[in-house]
Amino acid sequence: MIVTPMWLLSSSVLLLFLTVLLTPLIKGSQRFLINTSFTLTSVASLLGVIGGVWAVGGGTTEKIILEIGLPALPFHMRIDPLAGYFITVISLLSLFVSLYSIGYIKGYLGRRPVTSLVICYCLFIAGMLMVVLADDALFFLVSWEVMAAASYFLVMFEDEHIENRRAAFLYIVVAHVGAIAILLSFGVMAGLAGDFENFSGYTFDAMRQAQLPVQWATAAFLLAFFGFAAKAGVVPLHVWLPEAHPVAPSNVSALMSGVMLKTAIYGIVRVTFDLIGDFPWWWGAIVLILGLVSAVMGVLYALMQHDLKRLLAYHSVENIGIILIGIGLSMIFTSYHMPLLAALGLIAGLYHTLNHAMFKGLLFMGAGAVLHATHERNMEEMGGLIHRMPWTAALFLIGCVSISALPPFNGFVSEWLTFQAFLLSPALPNQLLKLLVPLGAALLALTGALAAACFVKAFGVTFLGHWRGHHTPRVREADFPMRLGMVLAAATCFLLGVLPTVVIDWMDIISEQLTGSKLRVSTGAYSWMWLTPIAPERASYSGTIVFLGILFVVVAAYLVLHVKPGAIHRAPIWDCGFEKINQRMQYNATSFSMPIRRIFGFLFNIKEQVKLIPRAAHPFFPKKINYYLRVRDRFWGWLYKPVVEVSFYLSRRVGRLQQGRIQAYLIYSFITIIVLLVFSR
Amino acid sequence: MNINIASQINSFLAALVLLTAFGMLVQRRMYGLVHLFAWQGLFLSLNTAIVGFVADRHHLYISSVLTLTLKVILLPYILHVLIQRLKVHKEVETVVNIPMTMLIGIALVIFSYHLMAPVRELSTLVTRSTLAVALATVMIGLLMMITRKHAVTQIIGFLAMENGLFFAATSATYGMPLVVELGVALDILIAAFIFGIFFFHIHTTFDSLDVEKMARLKEED
Repeated sequence: MIVTPMWLLSSSVLLLFLTVLLTPLIKGSQRFLINTSFTLTSVASLLGVIGGVWAVGGGTTEKIILEIGLPALPFHMRIDPLAGYFITVISLLSLFVSLYSIGYIKGYLGRRPVTSLVICYCLFIAGMLMVVLADDALFFLVSWEVMAAASYFLVMFEDEHIENRRAAFLYIVVAHVGAIAILLSFGVMAGLAGDFENFSGYTFDAMRQAQLPVQWATAAFLLAFFGFAAKAGVVPLHVWLPEAHPVAPSNVSALMSGVMLKTAIYGIVRVTFDLIGDFPWWWGAIVLILGLVSAVMGVLYALMQHDLKRLLAYHSVENIGIILIGIGLSMIFTSYHMPLLAALGLIAGLYHTLNHAMFKGLLFMGAGAVLHATHERNMEEMGGLIHRMPWTAALFLIGCVSISALPPFNGFVSEWLTFQAFLLSPALPNQLLKLLVPLGAALLALTGALAAACFVKAFGVTFLGHWRGHHTPRVREADFPMRLGMVLAAATCFLLGVLPTVVIDWMDIISEQLTGSKLRVSTGAYSWMWLTPIAPERASYSGTIVFLGILFVVVAAYLVLHVKPGAIHRAPIWDCGFEKINQRMQYNATSFSMPIRRIFGFLFNIKEQVKLIPRAAHPFFPKKINYYLRVRDRFWGWLYKPVVEVSFYLSRRVGRLQQGRIQAYLIYSFITIIVLLVFSR
Repeated sequence: MNINIASQINSFLAALVLLTAFGMLVQRRMYGLVHLFAWQGLFLSLNTAIVGFVADRHHLYISSVLTLTLKVILLPYILHVLIQRLKVHKEVETVVNIPMTMLIGIALVIFSYHLMAPVRELSTLVTRSTLAVALATVMIGLLMMITRKHAVTQIIGFLAMENGLFFAATSATYGMPLVVELGVALDILIAAFIFGIFFFHIHTTFDSLDVEKMARLKEED
């Protein structure tokens, strides 16, 4: 037996299915079930990581055909560097999250059985791996549905709450509308690749070879982009995301947000760069514009949230936007045959995909640890957790710094690369793009700044200050497996930020295969240290040196403050002369985001009320002040509500046909027969 | 036998089949309905045998015997037993009144003849004139299912429809291949058993075999 990447990945998927089969046998002891199954998924994920890294590093393409599925329509599997890269992303986060789950899921012990969660969790990861491995439309869609169905049940896990059921329903509706669009897109491509009579065109190989007429290629692209955008949560198809992610168990939210959305990115890259291959510039412009809108809207909506997991979910919208910006730029450059710049955009987008998986996974795991300890999602009730949960706080802070794109962590590297791609866009031959694309850079900068503000709020309100809630729960630090998962994710964030050249050299083969040029970020002496995307005289960045600089400043500050005794002394808080200060008077999430709510208020549907309840004796000194604030997504009212209302109206109309009487149904058939006979005579 | 005479007999039997169909449409008693159904089966069986003899298709004898055992003996027997067990031999209520039903039935027969006119021009078979009768029998069976409220009558309507189809098969193409006919016969038998079981369940659930009561199963808004 020869061990190849494909062998490793197949065994990884098989191991996940075996775990599913094993689960019912050992469900008697739930504690044992959690330990065993999540250890097995960790092992499977580890195999996936090895296989994925190897597939990209080796740069080989390997195919197998599975004689299962429908007769004469076998499943094709293929691993190439692009697939290997996404396998690495998926498996790496699955590994960390599986370790984390060993601790996290134990929180359900005694409350509800977790057998179904374990089964769906395994199927979910297996589904994501199969989506990436699939090499024909049939297998792709089957895997896509496995992934969607498994995640639907995971969102539904705590199904006694009505909000969970609603969120899961919304999710499955959007997922299926998207899946239909993807199906139609593959139908167009397969039909033109083979012919419409048989299924010969259903393999991706046939689609690659086919030369589609430009209008059909456009139709296929638009359908596929719509379908994948619905899965990725691109504005305005993002509404399911902030509903579904918060209600799912936190390990599942980490996977959904961290890697499930990335399968949609994979789909976009696969369909445009690989299957269609040749496209006009405005496809890239569409991707770019939607990416920018998602980035800005996502972060603005995130700022308005005070539910920690909901806030993180909106940040996923933002980060998907940033990834799409890179990919959109790459598509524009590709259509003008500028392979080096196209490679830069593509690498920026893909690198951000990996980075986002890591830091968003870390943040969701951190939010899960907080939820696990306090049973609270509302930030307004939290505070001061840094004293009780120092590990979680420190790791969450690393996630915050990474997602805010601050050096030396990984978020900075990929956003910096995206900026480089933006700043090189004046080389484009199109006058319109030359003028407009740099404006996108300004929007991206705005996004970065707002994201940083948002995470100052998230970290500050959750972990700093004092506990804001009315009743104080007994908070305990996360246990060892949870900390292990988070530490590994944080360490990966750090390494990806400090050693970007190593990673980009590893994944450069993808850009060579898809855009025709390597990026070659490392040239000259000390090449591993300096990230130089185009030329050293233009721009270069060294994560290592920035890290050392920051480390030097921190150490120096520590020494200055702590060597001399008495440099730091503690004193009571200045209470502005108001004596009865209490912990409810702290700065909180709503007050933090108030200035931004004032400036960007027109983008939201805001309802704000202040009600004074006066005291009879002293009208100027009210007994109570009630403050009411509701911020809603405008897209719901603009786009979804009309659709929902029209479909309910039509269903009610059509529902009148359903009399419930057998005779009525028989009359329908009778009239149909008579009419058909009359017309076919 | 002379072709002409065979054609005459065939038309006569077709008329009888149609007559029994109309008879079922107006018959109010359960036992009467079952008897009419048995008569219809008998005419059908005779017709099949004669067509088999004239056209020299020997497998039609087998289907004739099958029809005789199933539709003249076995199914009426099962229905009889059901009616006795469930005590439902009282008069059948109709949705539309009887004369109106008759008028609709006549309109359906005229419609069938109108529909089958071009086929009669083209066909060269002995039995071509009876195709319209077969179609009319199917439609009258369906009409019976629509106008009656009782589950047992609906089943008889369904079986009458099947008779019509069988009649159409023999008169249009001298019968289907034997395998198909055997399959259909088996299906009918199994359907009868399933109906029997369902009748009992409907009876115990709704305390009645009136299908109107099943409207309660409808989901409310």
